[in-house]
Amino acid sequence: MLKKLRRLGPPLLMLTPSLILVGVFVYGLIAANFSTSFTDNHTAAQATGQEPAAFVWFTNYFDLLASEDFQHSLMNLVLYTLVFLAGTMVMGFLWAWMLDKPVKGEGLFRSVYLFPMAVSFIASGVVWRWLLNSNQDEQASGLNRLFQMVGLDFLQNNWWNNVTFGIIAIAVPAIWQLSGYVMALFLAGFRGIPDELREAARVDGASEWKLYRYVLFPQLSPVALSALIIIGHMSLKAFDLIMSISKPANYQTKVPAVDMYVFKSSFDYANAAAVGSILLIIVALVIVPYLIRTNREEKR
Amino acid sequence: MRVNRRMTATVATAAVLGLTLAACGGDTGGEGGGEGGGSQVEVFTWWAAGSEKAGLDALVGEFENQHPDIEFVNGAVAGGAGSAAKDLLQTRLQAQDPPDTFQAHAGMELQDYIDAAQIEDVSDLYDEFGLTDAFPADLVDRLSTEDGAIYSVPSNVHRANVVWANPTVLEENDIDPEAQYADLDAWIADLEKLEAAGVTPLSVGTTWTQVHLLETVLLAGLGAEAYTGLWDGSTDWEGDEVTSALEDFETLMNFTNDDRDGLDWPEATQMVIDGNAAFNVMGDWAVAAFEEQDKELGTDFTATPVPGTDGTFDFLADSFTLPVGAPDAEGAKAWLETVGSLEGQVAFNKAKGSIPARTDADPAEFSEYQQGAIESFANDTIVSSLAHGAATPVATLNAFSDATSKFTTGASDLAGYQSELAAAAAG
Repeated sequence: MLKKLRRLGPPLLMLTPSLILVGVFVYGLIAANFSTSFTDNHTAAQATGQEPAAFVWFTNYFDLLASEDFQHSLMNLVLYTLVFLAGTMVMGFLWAWMLDKPVKGEGLFRSVYLFPMAVSFIASGVVWRWLLNSNQDEQASGLNRLFQMVGLDFLQNNWWNNVTFGIIAIAVPAIWQLSGYVMALFLAGFRGIPDELREAARVDGASEWKLYRYVLFPQLSPVALSALIIIGHMSLKAFDLIMSISKPANYQTKVPAVDMYVFKSSFDYANAAAVGSILLIIVALVIVPYLIRTNREEKR
Repeated sequence: MRVNRRMTATVATAAVLGLTLAACGGDTGGEGGGEGGGSQVEVFTWWAAGSEKAGLDALVGEFENQHPDIEFVNGAVAGGAGSAAKDLLQTRLQAQDPPDTFQAHAGMELQDYIDAAQIEDVSDLYDEFGLTDAFPADLVDRLSTEDGAIYSVPSNVHRANVVWANPTVLEENDIDPEAQYADLDAWIADLEKLEAAGVTPLSVGTTWTQVHLLETVLLAGLGAEAYTGLWDGSTDWEGDEVTSALEDFETLMNFTNDDRDGLDWPEATQMVIDGNAAFNVMGDWAVAAFEEQDKELGTDFTATPVPGTDGTFDFLADSFTLPVGAPDAEGAKAWLETVGSLEGQVAFNKAKGSIPARTDADPAEFSEYQQGAIESFANDTIVSSLAHGAATPVATLNAFSDATSKFTTGASDLAGYQSELAAAAAG
């Protein structure tokens, strides 16, 4: 017993601070969030305990999911995620594929593509708000003006001010910022494939397409999955870029994270917590299977 | 090795202890400031730049004259027209770490803090400082809750129902800049002329400026009495009068710039200053934007009440509060005394461009625009602004904003908009 304590004691003691921190500030707060979301704590008075808050279980969730406005937010989130994912994966893969061939100045291009990631969403959002100005024709500025200058007038549009698809315009800067990161992931994936594999495939008479289809893509799939998960969960948490380009009250660019913010500033803590829980569940649906999978692979 | 292990254990224990202490220490943190009988006062505002900062500096100057023994601590938080400050304030009040006094719009916006028992009734200070007689009776009425309590001291008053126009643009399009429009219809006729000539007739910005426009249109369409009735339930939101006012609002929104949702008020007002738009409806803080660019009232720009609202003063006011559990309540009271004093109000408003809430200030000390506003404030019917927190609590205003944004981006029709507004007003 004493021996066991000797052996386990010091490591356990070392781990305790971080266990406590994570326990309180991550899992404790998640629990607090869920318990708030099950109450009818919708006013400032209830938030400070001046008036009682009752337990209402899932009422807030049902009300939210039934409301047209929240459905619009969820729809925006889905659109944004799809476009953001597709955009970064395609651009990232193309760049990595091109840089994988021996090119002059590879280091330069790699930095050029990776640099946008170093800019914060808030800062780039300020510039993109100007680029994505929705004025057209005579008053146009930003990208719409550029389209006019190169004679592509028909491409002018009102960007993020379209009520249904406006959110896709916000995905453009997000793609611009994170494609370089996906490129870096894929490039590492390409470099990790031994040359012998390609040579062996060529010796066996595989065409270039077959080489990619049957040799390279399978080798890249773990990288692609990681990239999908990382970009996907970033997309679900999208908030800062939207706040920076648009405004929290703008209906056309609402997503659940923005709703959460507006609820919170209206002293409606129960609904804010409910939106937070819904977001957490959506992210968990994406992340948990991935974690289980990697865990299994590591054990193998 | 032995030493190392002991050290590891000590460090780990210290870390655990530190955490525990930090967890226990949360409640006792805010009590240090009160020692020494009013040594300092932390004033929490969102006045961090421009004419607002100049106003605050002038007020602080006066405060130091009146209370040289109290140190002023600037708790200004910049960003988002006050939204960043309000978020931080919400957090601090929730954590029971209030500043000594904070800025808030007077009126219903205070209701949440009152309900949450986060601010104190200051009506006894009104008696002590003689403020009840210094402020107009209409204003004191609007500041008082039903049981006669007053929770803040206003520092200044702004008017929301003002149209700013660029006379040069109007003359170029054969419109008389001196014209006094009797109602919205007459104004809309001229806006149509401008639209046909290819000028942006009316500039507007993001959602809150659209709500601001909406409130002036409601005021014009319903008149002062029925407009006030919207906030106490005596006017029916589903009624025909509201419908026709909303139709006017829809018409006006059709005359506005396409990029509105990306602009805040300075950019929208700038369109009028630069001659890119003819009219802009904005509160009278906009006068600072014109004056900063050396524009002359009358020749370079005009300021008139929104058509159909002549004779009413759509008011909003900044005010200061006394939070429950303020670390230095004496300092806060001293600050409120300066805020309410004649000298404080004159110094502050001369610099900020708003007008004093007190009626005994000498108009001759102020600019031409302010003199006009002071006269209107004294004579007109006073109504409360929606967009600036005087008429409704924050949650209601947010619901109005959401419904308005939904309507102006085209996601709801007029009937849907009206019923959403009715639902928002019902709470």
